[in-house]
Amino acid sequence: MASVTYDHVVKRYTSDVTVVKDFNVEIADKEFMVLVGPSGCGKSTALRMLAGLETISEGKIRIGDRVVNDIAAKDRDIAMVFQSYALYPHMSVYDNMAFPLQMKRMPKAEIDKRVNNASRILGLDNFLKRKPRALSGGQRQRVALGRAIVRDPQVFLLDEPLSNLDAKLRGQTRIELQKLHHDLETTFIYVTHDQVEAMTMGDRIAIMNAGILQQVGTPDDIYDHPANLFVAGFIGTPTMNFVPVTMSDGSAKASGFDVKLPQHVPSEKGTLGFRPEAVTDRPSEFATLEMNVEVVERLGSDQFLYGSVGGDQVTARVDPRMKVAPGDQVRLGLDSRGLHLFDAQSESAFF
Amino acid sequence: MDLTQLLTNQLPTLVAVILGVPAVLVGYIVAFEFAVRQLPPQHQPRVRPWIWVGPALVFVSVFLVYPAVDTIRISLENRQGNWVGLANYQQILSGFPTGGAWIAIRDNLYWLVLYTGFVLLFGMLFAVLADRVPYETPVKSLIFMPMAISFVALGVIWKFMYSYQSPGLPQTGTLNFVVTSLFHQPPITWLQDERVNNLALITAAVWGQVGFAMVILSAALKGIPGELLEAARVDGAGELTIFRRVIFPLMMPTITVVGTTLVIFALKAFDVVYVMTFGNYNTEVLANLAYKELFTFSNAGVSGAVAVLLLLTVIPVLIFNLRQFRAVEARR
Repeated sequence: MASVTYDHVVKRYTSDVTVVKDFNVEIADKEFMVLVGPSGCGKSTALRMLAGLETISEGKIRIGDRVVNDIAAKDRDIAMVFQSYALYPHMSVYDNMAFPLQMKRMPKAEIDKRVNNASRILGLDNFLKRKPRALSGGQRQRVALGRAIVRDPQVFLLDEPLSNLDAKLRGQTRIELQKLHHDLETTFIYVTHDQVEAMTMGDRIAIMNAGILQQVGTPDDIYDHPANLFVAGFIGTPTMNFVPVTMSDGSAKASGFDVKLPQHVPSEKGTLGFRPEAVTDRPSEFATLEMNVEVVERLGSDQFLYGSVGGDQVTARVDPRMKVAPGDQVRLGLDSRGLHLFDAQSESAFF
Repeated sequence: MDLTQLLTNQLPTLVAVILGVPAVLVGYIVAFEFAVRQLPPQHQPRVRPWIWVGPALVFVSVFLVYPAVDTIRISLENRQGNWVGLANYQQILSGFPTGGAWIAIRDNLYWLVLYTGFVLLFGMLFAVLADRVPYETPVKSLIFMPMAISFVALGVIWKFMYSYQSPGLPQTGTLNFVVTSLFHQPPITWLQDERVNNLALITAAVWGQVGFAMVILSAALKGIPGELLEAARVDGAGELTIFRRVIFPLMMPTITVVGTTLVIFALKAFDVVYVMTFGNYNTEVLANLAYKELFTFSNAGVSGAVAVLLLLTVIPVLIFNLRQFRAVEARR
């Protein structure tokens, strides 16, 4: 159990290929931190540097108070669950889980106790003698977790552990992992490209793009107050609506509507962002959106309208009982609380 | 004979081969398929496979089974072709430890242990080491290159390496040059000195074969997913432990198949010995002995007995190799 600190960490492969740029995060003891971002954003590299599988080009990584830059992976006291599970195919389930303990030269009786304990927690009791080949995907995944649990490590690293499971099992395992985190009271660092996993599991989320950390915060924080255009677009399905606007006299003018801005903005051009659920079913005093509906998606609990407002594409979530058909023109409004404005140049958020 | 003449003279043969062979094959299949269709339908599935394996069975019988059986027959006869029972076997197996075929048997054992061991050891070493350097491909190409040389040429090359001149004369052999000018020792008669000559021959053969083992073992090594080794590293294993507990067990099936193949090569050892010493100075091996008995001493019976002895030792290894191969296949 320990905190983890990334202190100005850089990963460079060659002088002009830098995959992680000036990465700074403090992960508290017992926290569940999710690193999320599109593929190739450097999140896995950041995790692998912590694991000791990649060298650190610049900066320091600390586990607790100890700088681990020059400590070999085997001496870092961390456990890692890999995307492919990386089970040893020639060893039984029992031996797979016992392997890290044997490496510590732990007495046999203690190994036995720990492996049996972990297999009970994970429901693997009946499979201890089997080889990984004879297990289903979900069972293999649990063996990989078991191999990490038995060690009682300071930090748990998980590199996209759910991406090889089918959708149903993924949802189930998501909940089990949260329970496990609660029971083990250990620091978890979890890498994923799936924003749903990030939102549902993380105490805090760190969003990365192109090697740069974009924002760190609680899921609510990030959803309600995205720091920039990328974060706003990455989190949430369907994605946030983005409309180019020009600002004058405290209001923003889009091609199809204009809104009053709640605060002064030192810029003339920007991008107005609002989530589909910030669109109201009828015109608000705040704004009126005349929408030409092109596609209607009815999901039972929700109804999504896709269409154009002025010259801009907009998605709106409306009451599922509202009767709309493609080709209709509807008058919608905007909720002032769900409004975001981003600078056209820097793409960072004004609010 | 110029080209036109060659074409006119050989044309009938050429036509016969190009058109005749496929014609016979097609004719065979059509004719027998027609015959099978005349049978009651419930018998057809039982008969049809035999028609397709038939040609192969015929070829194997004529070119493999018959010669083997005939060799056994010859091994029971004397020079004049008269039945002598097991006398030839008695001759090659008597006079332990230096008479009969015992020197050859002893040397084949050297080959079996040292040749197989060294090829596996160095093959493994090169595979593992090459895997860790950025210039892997050129290194592996260099080590693999001797595979392209015939064993006869290889023997000639190594004869130069081992070449001996009397002390005081300039040493043209690479090894004796090193021995005399670097270590200031008298030159060694590598191929005649019975303390080193078997090892010298085996070294030459190892040099020729190590690329084969390296390439196959390297492929097996690369088949081990990188994440597995990373997992072991995170699990607290050092590099040596990873090799012992993860890499080696996962490569074991491949090592076994390569190993047994090398054992068969070692038992069949011939070319290198034939070219470099012709089995003199106690470097005899069974295959060379069989050759010598037949072509030098015109003693077909004894030669046959040696060949049968060789066959009997190879068969169990062969069966093991096939079983192992099947086990590896079944595990996929």
